[in-house]
Amino acid sequence: MNQYETVFILNPVLSDDQIRETVDKFTGYLESHGAKIINRENWGLRKLAYPIQKKKSGFYNFIEFTAPGEAIDHYEVELKRDERIMRFLTVSMDKHAVEYADKRRKKVKANA
Amino acid sequence: MSIEAENSKAAQSEIRYLQPIQIESGNKKKYCRFKKSGIKFIDYKDPDFLLKFLNEQGKILPRRLTGTSLKYQRKVSQAVKRARHIALLPYVADNLK
Repeated sequence: MNQYETVFILNPVLSDDQIRETVDKFTGYLESHGAKIINRENWGLRKLAYPIQKKKSGFYNFIEFTAPGEAIDHYEVELKRDERIMRFLTVSMDKHAVEYADKRRKKVKANA
Repeated sequence: MSIEAENSKAAQSEIRYLQPIQIESGNKKKYCRFKKSGIKFIDYKDPDFLLKFLNEQGKILPRRLTGTSLKYQRKVSQAVKRARHIALLPYVADNLK
């Protein structure tokens, strides 16, 4: 089991319900493939540094999870197929990244 | 006034300073900020921090300017490229700062 994190950008025309549904879809997908979700964050609507699909903003979402390595390929294909997702980035985390993520999570929790 | 006279006057009015001019000699030693402050992981989700390693056009600054060690320069460049991919930083820009 490795630890991963994914940032993805959703189409800005979606409603709150649709966003929740999309995020649930992927967390559900991960869990059904033996992953364990550690953290979910919604960064809300953000301005993009450059236009993607002619859109200048997007909903950022962030998931941290541990998963077996084989699950990631299928998961990324699934992300690619979904039209609501404009861009995604999945990163495998080394020990320093995990340490940083733990610290960051505590900080976010303290602020919330 | 003849040309000769003018020339000699120019030679006389050579500028002199009481104190030698302060020229930035660049004695301040550069250092790797990651080694110094013990940062092990460079977060690609924090564009404001990564901005320190970019010039106004959004290009990654070389090590010889920032003083970053090779180990961390590689991580900086990885983080910047990730941040660009998820549109937190631009690939090309005009006035980033």
